[in-house]
Amino acid sequence: MLCELHPTNKIKYMGMKKSNIILSGVGGQGILTIAGIIGMATLKEKLYFKQSEVHGMSQRGGAVQSNFRIADTPVASDLVPLGQADLILSVEPLETLRYLPFLNKNGWLVCNSSPFINVPDYPELEKILNTIAEWPNHLIIDADKIAKDLGNRRGSNMVILGAASQYICLDFESLESGISAIFERKGDAVVQQNLLALRAGRDAALK
Amino acid sequence: MNEVVLLGAEAIAQGAIDGGMSGVYAYPGTPSTEITEYIQRNSGARKEGIHSEWSANEKTAMESAIGMSYAGKRAMVCMKHVGLNVAADPFINSAITGAGGGLIVVVADDPSMHSSQNEQDSRFYGDFALLPILEPADQQEAYDMAYNGFSLSEKVGLPVLMRITTRLSHSRSRVLRMKNIAENELKLPDDKKKFILLPSIARERYKLLLNLQDDLTELSENAAYNTLKDGNDRSLGIIACGISHNYLMENYPEGIPHPVLKIGQYPVPVKKIKEITSSCKEILVLEEGYPILEKSLLGLLNNSPVPIRGRLDGSLPRDGELNSDLVRKALGMEVHNGPEIPEIMVNRPPALCKGCGHIDIYHSLIEALTDFGEGRTFADIGCYTLGALPPYNAINTCVDMGASITMAKGAADAGLVPSVAVIGDSTFTHSGMTGLLDAVIENSPITIIISDNETTGMTGGQVSSAVGRIEGICLGIGVEESHLKIVTPLKKNHDENVQVILNELNYHGISVIIARRECIQTASKRKRIEVETKSLSTKS
Repeated sequence: MLCELHPTNKIKYMGMKKSNIILSGVGGQGILTIAGIIGMATLKEKLYFKQSEVHGMSQRGGAVQSNFRIADTPVASDLVPLGQADLILSVEPLETLRYLPFLNKNGWLVCNSSPFINVPDYPELEKILNTIAEWPNHLIIDADKIAKDLGNRRGSNMVILGAASQYICLDFESLESGISAIFERKGDAVVQQNLLALRAGRDAALK
Repeated sequence: MNEVVLLGAEAIAQGAIDGGMSGVYAYPGTPSTEITEYIQRNSGARKEGIHSEWSANEKTAMESAIGMSYAGKRAMVCMKHVGLNVAADPFINSAITGAGGGLIVVVADDPSMHSSQNEQDSRFYGDFALLPILEPADQQEAYDMAYNGFSLSEKVGLPVLMRITTRLSHSRSRVLRMKNIAENELKLPDDKKKFILLPSIARERYKLLLNLQDDLTELSENAAYNTLKDGNDRSLGIIACGISHNYLMENYPEGIPHPVLKIGQYPVPVKKIKEITSSCKEILVLEEGYPILEKSLLGLLNNSPVPIRGRLDGSLPRDGELNSDLVRKALGMEVHNGPEIPEIMVNRPPALCKGCGHIDIYHSLIEALTDFGEGRTFADIGCYTLGALPPYNAINTCVDMGASITMAKGAADAGLVPSVAVIGDSTFTHSGMTGLLDAVIENSPITIIISDNETTGMTGGQVSSAVGRIEGICLGIGVEESHLKIVTPLKKNHDENVQVILNELNYHGISVIIARRECIQTASKRKRIEVETKSLSTKS
């Protein structure tokens, strides 16, 4: 799958719009919120999509993932096949590695460097980050710190989404309107807060 | 025409609301819970007064739905696959009585047991009951089948089983809605006897059911959900049931070169099956769950005219969920793995939340049991089942809803005294009460701990039927007041709670200890909503 980095940070695949995304993290880290925003954005751009997620047992500190598949033709499988993910977007470093077999050879790893340590045998963070960095197309940012600096501790998921946005075949503006749609019932202040986090993530990725 | 984005579960809910449903009856169970939750949240459903309260268990849910159907209105029942085991008695017999108002029984299976004790295939039940089954392949079909399912049910005069799996239930896509259909009027059955299953009546009803089977097959032959698409390459023919059709399509982005029979309505369309099996050299059967169709094609004497491949010959794994890569392998195509998972990877299993009341009562129980020996804690289904994992290793069994109490009693009858049962509040009212009655009647030397977090926790915090009722139920069943204890599971109460448990373990008769503390998840959700509501109201 060929791709070119468009000046306004959009990826277009040979003129086709297509993205297979795996979102990963730990239960409670807001992965499903990210999925919801991408969903709104996809709907706005009138693209086909399927987005699957894990409910039930995997909440409360268990590993959580969501598969998001976008295309301009109908999508068949709800799950991304092996070796077909264009992007693994992870809110937690260890969780980035769990879905590596799904990554395609030009795919991107975008992840948060702040760990969520809730198991006794959690590996050394250095080792995890080094393993991620072995993959040529990788982007590691300290989303927790960026969110905290914005006064929005719970916004690391938005920061990561912003950082990964250039690797998703959707317009940045669509993601922004997705945030407005998802958070509007919580009031304008919350919407603005999340937009700031999204933009901060995008800016951090461009550096 | 209205386009929305819905989970497969939500698509069923919306289809039913638009399709003229008057009531949904259900007990929470992954992956079916979201259907009822959607209806409870839906403003349209609330305006129409659609019944959507949770039932005590799947059996009462099924029976209430039959009652609504008897009265002429459209009803839906929702449950997970093992829930159908609980609802099986009314379910099987509802095929004999037949339906009045349209009745759809939605069962959500969990292949690969992502959060269940087994991966049983609910299509078996539809076949066993001699009822039509609808199995959607995607979110749009899920909507359509729910929307049209009530009129199918009324047309054949039978309940209809709708079967989905986790992957569809918890996956979102665009769905086109259809025009809202008004509810039915209250109307009693024309045949005044059909719901009375005395043998003399049931025998007649059963003959009617048997005679209907050919009509049901005829309906399947012409059903929009069962399509036979020809293909030039007849070296292989593929039969794909439900969601497995997506996995087939995924592997042929340019179009499938082989003939394909897609099945979404059962009984299976026999004519279409004969057509594809007679025109191809070999057949691959793709079905999510048990190899039910595959087995019936093979027959006991393996007298199929062509080789049948699927789960039974190793083309696909015998167990577990299907996906496009497994189907790809079965089609003889190469699978393109990405990089391997590195060795440093560790598991991150779900665990009891920090601060959960179950943790505190487990710590007290473990200490109290120190001198009694191990292997005597019979537990049940809920968040507290996670007590089986390290670092707690607190429980020894978990079999089915309510089994904690009854297994403890059986073990005590065998001589394992004392035996302890650990059960949650929602599980207790689901199917613990009848076991308690057995134990009370024989004054069994067991100690029952009802770990009461005042919610149905594991499935996401739905309202529990037990709240405010447990003491009354226990006393009413006959537990002695002096052996009904209430404790608060907190670290600071640990020593006190250990003593309470010890006293009851040493009592040679039935004891119930209610360990009560609100689930921290539902508590914090409740507080968050209170804060949000307050801030929104002060703004206005």
